[in-house]
Order: sequence, then C-alpha cells, then structure tokens
Amino acid sequence: MTFNIIVLAKQVPDTRNVGKDAMKADGTVNRAALPAIFNPEDLNALEQALGIKDQYPGSKITVVTMGPVRAAEILREGLFRGSDDGVLLTDRAFAGSDTLATSYALSMAIRKIGDFDLILAGRQAIDGDTAQVGPQVAEKMGISQVTYVEEIQKIDSKKIRVKRRLDNGVEIVESPLPALITVNNSARPCRPRNAKLLQKYKHAKTITERQAENIDYIGLYSSRPYLNLTEWSVVDVNADPKLCGLAGSPTKVKKIENVVFQAKESKRLTDSDEEIEELMKELIKNHTIG
Amino acid sequence: MDNIFVYLEIEDGVVADVSLELLTKGRSLANQLGCRLEAVAVGDHLETVEKQVFPYGVDVLHIFSDKRLSPYTTLPHASILVKLFKEEKPQIALLGATVVGRDLAPRVSSALRSGLTADCTSLEIGDHVDVKTKKVYKNLLYQIRPAFGGNIVAWIINPEHRPQMATVREGVMKKEIYDPQYRGEIVKHNVDEYVSDQDFVVSIIERHVEKPKVNIKNASIIVSGGYGVGSKENFQLLYELANLLGGEVGASRAAVDAGFAEHDRQIGQTGVTVRPKLYIACGISGQIQHIAGMQDSSIIISINSDPNAPIHNIADYVIVGEVEDVIPKMIKYYKKNTK
Repeated sequence: MTFNIIVLAKQVPDTRNVGKDAMKADGTVNRAALPAIFNPEDLNALEQALGIKDQYPGSKITVVTMGPVRAAEILREGLFRGSDDGVLLTDRAFAGSDTLATSYALSMAIRKIGDFDLILAGRQAIDGDTAQVGPQVAEKMGISQVTYVEEIQKIDSKKIRVKRRLDNGVEIVESPLPALITVNNSARPCRPRNAKLLQKYKHAKTITERQAENIDYIGLYSSRPYLNLTEWSVVDVNADPKLCGLAGSPTKVKKIENVVFQAKESKRLTDSDEEIEELMKELIKNHTIG
Repeated sequence: MDNIFVYLEIEDGVVADVSLELLTKGRSLANQLGCRLEAVAVGDHLETVEKQVFPYGVDVLHIFSDKRLSPYTTLPHASILVKLFKEEKPQIALLGATVVGRDLAPRVSSALRSGLTADCTSLEIGDHVDVKTKKVYKNLLYQIRPAFGGNIVAWIINPEHRPQMATVREGVMKKEIYDPQYRGEIVKHNVDEYVSDQDFVVSIIERHVEKPKVNIKNASIIVSGGYGVGSKENFQLLYELANLLGGEVGASRAAVDAGFAEHDRQIGQTGVTVRPKLYIACGISGQIQHIAGMQDSSIIISINSDPNAPIHNIADYVIVGEVEDVIPKMIKYYKKNTK
C-alpha cells in the first residue's frame, strides 16, 4: 500500500523574532530584515507525511507552495528532509491574493497534479495566523477536512484516523480518503535535514532560478531530472485570472496601521525590600489586593 | 435579507460565551445599520437556546435540531450555513474564532465565495471609496485585526461580496444583556432539506471535553509570566503569588511556546484578552501581540531585569530586578502586612 501525499507549505517572514534590527526608527517593522522561513506548522505537516512514507515505503510526497521565485527554497527544504517532489506556483497574477484566491490557485495546482490520497497543511501561517487556506482548499476540492490535528493514528487505502485538539479537549476522528488535514504545532516536530538528501538535491532549481543564476552545469538537469523543480504559472494550472491575485480576492485591505500604545507615567522601583514592602502596602491600602 | 447572522457555538445545550459576546456586538451593529439580528443554532437538545439568546436582542432564531448534528462535525454544519446564507442573504455573518468557528467559517466562505477575516479585534461600520473606480460603498463592515505577528493592524473590507464574514476570539468583545424581556421569532428548519448523507462521512470515534480548568478571562488579579521567567520551575513562584492574592496565572506566547505554561493560559492576540484590576507581568518583554491582550488592565506592574523592556511603557509600576528575587519579597511583604 502506498499513498500520494500533497503537502501545502508557505514561506513566511519570521514574525516570531522581530528583533531590534528589524525595527525601523519610526517603530515600524522592516519586513526585509526578517529571515524567510518554512512556516513552522507546515513543517509539522511535512513530518506527518514523512511518517506515513516511513511506514509505507514508495509513498510519494509532493510539496506545493505559492509565492515569489525565492519560495523555491521551501521546496528544496522539503527535499532535504525527505519529500519527493516540489511544485512552485509563481506568477505576478497571483500577487495580492487573500486566502480565498490562494486556495483557488492551490486547488487548481492540485487538480493538475491529479492523483492524491491526502493533502496535509499546517494549521496556519505565522504571518497571517488565519487558518483559512486549508479548509478553503478542502471545500474547493470537494473533500472532507480535519483541522487542528496533532497525530495521524492510522491510515489505510480508504480512511484515515487522527487525533485533533479542541479548545478544551481532544477528539479522535475518522475520515474517508481523500481528505485534507491541517496539523498543529503540538504534533511531533519535523525531522532535520538528511545529509545525503542535502547532497542529492542542493542544486535542485526551478527554471527561473536556473535562468537567473545562469548555472553552467553541462547536462546536469537533463541527466538528473529530479533536480528540475516544477514551476507553474496561472496559465499552466488553467486558472481563471479573474479569480486570482488581487482581482480574485473578495477581501481588500483598506488601510494598515502601525501599533502604537499609549505610554503611561510609571513609577520606577528597585527590588529592595523597602520599596517592595511600600508597594505591597499601597496595593493593600487601595484595595487592589487583600 | 441584509441582516446580521451569528452562528451559535453550543456544547451540551449551552451557548458558548463567545457566541453571546458576538450577539452583543451583532445587536449594536444591527441597531446602527437598522437591520435585524439573527442567530443560528445547529445541534441537538436545543430546547433552552431561545431562553439563553433572546435577552441579547436576537430577532430571529434559526433552529436546526438533529441528533447527527452534535457533536460538531464540519460538513453538515457547513452545508446548513451555506444553504441558509444563500436563502437569507445576510450582509454580515459572525462566528467565534474557536476551533469550531475557525474550522467552519473558511469552508463556508469558500463555498459562497465571500470574504472572511479571522480573529478580528474590532468591528465597525463605515464607508469606503474605491481609489480607482471612485465607487462609493456605504456601511461596510470594517474588520480590524492584527497581522504580521501583531506588529501591524489591518483594516479589512469586503466591498462586493456578501456576507461579510468575520471571526472573533473569546473575550475580545464584551457580553451584555440587551433586554431581559426581549423576545424574537423562532424558525424551525427541516434539517433534511439542508444536509445529505454525504455530509456524515466523517465520524467521531472518541471525544473528551473538559470544562476549562483555567479561567483567566474573568480573574481580577493575574500574575503573568514571559520567557524571562526562565523555566517551568520558576513559574511555580508565579502560582504561589497568584494563589496568595486569589488570582490566576497567565503567560505570554513565548512562555507557552517554551513549555513553561499551558496553552490555555496564553494572553495576547493569539490567546485570551484580559482586563483584570491588577496585572503583574513577570519577565515579559512586551511584544505588541501580548500588550494588545492586557493593556486595558486597571493597574499594571512590570517586573523585569531589563530596564528598557517595552512593557514598562504601559506599566503603572516598574520593578527593575530578577523575577526570582522580587516575587518572594512580594509574597513575604503581602503576608506581613495582611496579618
């Protein structure tokens, strides 16, 4: 028994570590200063796919991402960790996509890939935290979805059994295949890169990357076809441009504001016994505590 | 047509707080827009739902009662909302940003091709003029939410598509009875006209739901720890102080991610929003996403070894020092002075 698994992944700015050097003088974030990373929960999803492949050798994992050309890094990262193939959806016409336009584009790519048993994705991406694209892709593909999953317990040719995390509990759910599963960060972490695979795939590139870098490895890409990363445009996936990018996005950004908090006049204390006793007395006296 | 719909989250026949909070917000938006507030109850044992929701100003309560609809699974609830929204054409649809709401809303929005904004922290009504076409849109829903890890706030609109859909986390909106005597109309729907057998292919094998153990949302005193607390062991000090003061322990996202505290204690834009009368921030640097979830606390004390931690800017009292020195002293002098 083998499975065809698609993993949806996103390259995101590392918003978790907005350090001092990423802040501009006016207090806003310099996005360019943030490193671009594999969205953390998409790595949890990839690991679930790799676990199935461990158990059922011969299963095939294809990582699909949408983004600018540099998002191909995500596909290489997947190959270094054990995926088999990568597809980059890239086109100016995809720019400005909200979650609905993104899920439409991804669903068209999945249709073009064709044969699949399971789609895995991270619960949400750290740049938007919306958790919408997974369920929207499931709806567009007309398949069932199970979100907030932390463990795949069983899979066979017809169904999958998973444990999912609720607000105040857990649930064991069984869904027929094909299905779309979104994975939480409470699932086991992704295995690291494999040294052999790193060697094997370090020159894996999309066509645009190869042209831009003008790499002169004679015959490299024709003798080793696995180094050709697939790159698809709007036309390649037969997508309707009216449903892509800004045009295909029902939500519009009216404006963006930087977050500024009203500073207060604060009383500064040291950690001396006297000052802390004074503070506790004051809080007791004004009935804040006690 | 053109009314405001709220999807009610229901566990064991009890409507969740987040849904009552949305009804409160929905009522005020409905008053502003001059439309009706409608609520949708999908599940089983819904007999007392009307009593629970009418005081919040619900004009119409849609009931979909069927054994198979509880506990929640995605497909039948999605099919019901999709068909109901096609029939009723709401202008706004609100859901809780819970595991259920964040599972259901995107599926429904995809089927209806309507825009959805997750985890809104504010909802307002306002106009919009399209820069290019100069077309004027009256009375749109401004869906205001943090993005980019909480470093910016985005104002999102859906000019063309309906319903304008949004999810909101528990505790972000305030829950307020509108009129204890308020009485709306009840519409009981025939579930079979909305779902098919195909909607029941996903089955729940086991389910364990507990009443929330932690109630930081309603705590009047919160002792909250960040990454700077350093370890799970050091968090014990926070528990000790919180127990003594009759408060709860909260945590920043960094502390939760580091495993110092449970997820249900997380305060901030991706956790719970709190408004206690006393907030003691221990070893919390003050990422925007945390501050947004606690800035309305009446009194804020910040304990941090870094004299320049951003959280100090919004604190009433700043204690520059190590958490493990300061908290034992607070405990000691609290005990000494309350004897």
